[in-house]
Amino acid sequence: MGLLEDKFEDNIIVASFDKILSWARSTSPWFFQFGLACCAIELMATGASRHDLSRIGMIPRSSPRQADVMIVAGTVTMKMALRIKKLYEQMADPKYVISMGSCATSGGPYWQYGYHVLKGVDIVVPVDVYVPGCPPRPESLIEGLIKLQEKILNERPLTKKAA
Amino acid sequence: MYRDFGTIFVFILLGIILVYIPLLIQKLVAPSNPSWDKLSTYECGEEPEGSAWVRFNIRYYTIALIFLIFDVEVVLLFPWAVIFQDFIKEGNGMLVFIEMAIFLFILIVGLAYVWQKTDLDWVKRKIAFPSGRYDNQLTEDRK
Repeated sequence: MGLLEDKFEDNIIVASFDKILSWARSTSPWFFQFGLACCAIELMATGASRHDLSRIGMIPRSSPRQADVMIVAGTVTMKMALRIKKLYEQMADPKYVISMGSCATSGGPYWQYGYHVLKGVDIVVPVDVYVPGCPPRPESLIEGLIKLQEKILNERPLTKKAA
Repeated sequence: MYRDFGTIFVFILLGIILVYIPLLIQKLVAPSNPSWDKLSTYECGEEPEGSAWVRFNIRYYTIALIFLIFDVEVVLLFPWAVIFQDFIKEGNGMLVFIEMAIFLFILIVGLAYVWQKTDLDWVKRKIAFPSGRYDNQLTEDRK
């Protein structure tokens, strides 16, 4: 944990700093592109000029060291699951995960007979927002991202957590 | 005049402050959860194998350089070959052919040069200009 994180009782000064911090974090969640299957095409479309992810402060990063949000877009195979876990561990805190599409959420079409598919990426990494769809349209991905921003906004980084 | 140095001093001070204040803020605010996985080398999700400080054989560089020459040559040859038909129709076929032949000739001279220098051989049998440590080897060969 950081030097000031979870160290203070709740009062108006701490709450204000909390607000500034969580606002700063929520308005620039750079995402780590984890395109695994056809959802990656929708992810690219979301990042491109028509839907333009940059306007909500999201820039695609290719390295986990620079990313805050990992968008798992596509079918997570058993082989890839180990890599997802490793890359999630290599991301800098605070880190969030978006499970995009039904494959990443539950295995999707491979749920019954997909011997090689992980039945939900939440088995290996903690997921913050699930985006349904097969694949989800850019609009639904953007809604998921805005939900994530709301979640980050409501965080209280400096305040002591109730045990 | 000395007061001008004062300006420089202020700039240096500002430079130091502007570097260290963000570092201080991130030290205070940013969460830090170091773990073995996080501190390990980023290798696109793979387990890093050995050290990154591996020494490559210096001979790879010569091979890479020679490859690069002919790589660029192919890049130029492809569009030339596609448009060549059009030039024949216009009656300039021979001219364009000779131009490309000159270009290839220059590169082939280069190839002949590296060939003569034995840079194409991975295992060097003949040392072109022996000196120092190779002197003995040469005399042994001659025996």
